[in-house]
Amino acid sequence: MTEPALRGRELAVWRGERCLFERLDFEVSPEQLALLVGSNGAGKTTLLRILAGLGLPTEGSVTWRGVAIQELDSDARAEIAYRGHLEALKRDLTVAENLGFHAALWGREPEFDDILEELKLRELAHMRARYLSAGQRRRAALAMLKLSNAKLWLLDEPTTNLDSEGRAVLAEWVRLHLRNGGLAVIATHQPDEFAAPGALMIEL
Amino acid sequence: MNVFNAVLLRDLRVAFRRWSELAHPLIFFVIVVTLFPLALSPTAAQLREVGIGVLWVAALLSSLLALDGLFRSDADDGSLEQLLLSPAPMTIAVLAKVVAHATVTLLPLMCLVPLSALSFNIPLNALPTLAFALVLAAPTLSVLVALGAALTVSLRRGGSIVGLLVLPLTGPLLIFGTRATDLSVNGEPTAAPLLFLAALAALAVSLGPLAIAAAVKVGLE
Amino acid sequence: MKLPRWFHQLGSPPYVYRLAERLAPWLGGLGLLLLAVGSYWGLVIAPPDYQQGDSARIIYIHPQTAYVGMMAYVVMAVAAGIGYVWRMKLAHAVAVSAAPIGAWFTFCALITGALWGRPTWGTYWQWGDPRIMSEALLLFLFLGYLALRGAFDDRDKADRVTAILAVVGVVNVPIIHYSVEWWNSLHQTSTLLAEGGPAMTIDMLIPFLIMFAGFTLTFYWLLLRRLQAEIVEREGNARWLRDWLAGARNE
Repeated sequence: MTEPALRGRELAVWRGERCLFERLDFEVSPEQLALLVGSNGAGKTTLLRILAGLGLPTEGSVTWRGVAIQELDSDARAEIAYRGHLEALKRDLTVAENLGFHAALWGREPEFDDILEELKLRELAHMRARYLSAGQRRRAALAMLKLSNAKLWLLDEPTTNLDSEGRAVLAEWVRLHLRNGGLAVIATHQPDEFAAPGALMIEL
Repeated sequence: MNVFNAVLLRDLRVAFRRWSELAHPLIFFVIVVTLFPLALSPTAAQLREVGIGVLWVAALLSSLLALDGLFRSDADDGSLEQLLLSPAPMTIAVLAKVVAHATVTLLPLMCLVPLSALSFNIPLNALPTLAFALVLAAPTLSVLVALGAALTVSLRRGGSIVGLLVLPLTGPLLIFGTRATDLSVNGEPTAAPLLFLAALAALAVSLGPLAIAAAVKVGLE
Repeated sequence: MKLPRWFHQLGSPPYVYRLAERLAPWLGGLGLLLLAVGSYWGLVIAPPDYQQGDSARIIYIHPQTAYVGMMAYVVMAVAAGIGYVWRMKLAHAVAVSAAPIGAWFTFCALITGALWGRPTWGTYWQWGDPRIMSEALLLFLFLGYLALRGAFDDRDKADRVTAILAVVGVVNVPIIHYSVEWWNSLHQTSTLLAEGGPAMTIDMLIPFLIMFAGFTLTFYWLLLRRLQAEIVEREGNARWLRDWLAGARNE
């Protein structure tokens, strides 16, 4: 297997007659963070989804470890975690049940007490997701991110609805993730929150 | 826990926590079945003749009702795209969802049909064949319904189209199922249509999840 | 997978457009000629059927339109499948073009079947006839495809989703066909449509085949013309198209 790296080549996205972006070239290496910035509607979410494999660019290619995103096998897929605007929590299941399901999908052990503790969700573990506040749901989504134990994090405005404590935990997790050889692409309106040396700025 | 069991368990749990919604297709079935004699004012013999057909059509229509639980709610809260992006094989996950849906929606329906058959003067000796035909038809029906749901998952008002897409494809199920029951009423051998239903079920279960997973993937783009 | 050069050429809209422009008049001309000849022969010259009289002349139209309808569905499904697997926009364009034509041919098959039924059975519609039932189901499959197509705003998504539907449908067509035949065999209703019509003598066979060829060529002519329209719509402002239209205007 080749080096873990995310590479985007000549990426272009057209929505009908409108060009969102074109000739986008970048590479993200281990321990590197890429910050995706741009005004609303610039295409950050679209780009992140394409990087995750949820859509095709009009032109260009995205590769992970040299393999096209659309053709990754199961092991390679296990290295990429995408967290978008939707939290992916079933409202009728408890936080613990949601996390347990996520662990099963990702082939991880359903052990998340420590993660919940860090996110101050321990007491809410057996509460159905429908009763959580927006901020608590966002924390639960972050718990799922940590649980995936992925190498590449693709995060779309992850600080939405988080209070200052939550944001601090997330920032610390990102730093830790990068230090351990991980990669991250984060779309955000507050790039300073995650500023790190050697961070790549992608402006749309 | 493996992927199939995890998805099956989750879907069953979610379905049972909203158990009042599970009753809707069943109530719909009963209403449709009641409307027919109202419309036809049949004699006892006529009831028997139309009964089998009426029951099967009513069952088909009712199975279209509980589609949202298959993919739409997962698409709305983001779990469907997470499922797609996870290392879990999508076809297995889809198969588990189809089984969950069949258990929760079709199974109760399939129990109601033989009971309603009695009200249509269908003789007792035909009921086992009727039940067996329903059991054999259920996997194919589940797969077709799931396919309809997957093809329309990204549409805002997908509900009305699904019937158009799914019902013509259920034609063969209807034909073999009703005629198998007919044959058993007359005491004739029913192996041929039942075998066909089984063959269709095998085809649907083996190839269906592929098509459904592909449709979900395209729908989420 | 290494594909022959002509396959890639077929992926180029200007190439296909020009090819269609050259081929279409021939197909149309020959097709319509054959239809004219066949119609005259069948409706005027050929002998009336000893059993059914003149109403059996529908055999020069009905089976052919039904067959073309089915062929259209197969063309649509194969094109859509190719478009899906190899991501060829043109293949999707072919599928989209074939659908309404196939639907109309199938509709005509049903109408002519009804016209045949009237003198034969006394009713316009015989629910018991297997051909009519499988043709009706085929029409519904076309309508479902067109309905699903129309429901999407994004054309690429529409192409790929309906491609899946088309392929699933094509697998169903023989199943539906067979199941309806089997169902009919239980009733043993004598249906001339099912038996392919009255026994054909040689002077009936020739116009029959001529009409067959005529309808098939006409279908492909219509398909190419529709395909050209579809290409124009998809290519919009493309350079080659503007040049072509400017060139055509100067002629």
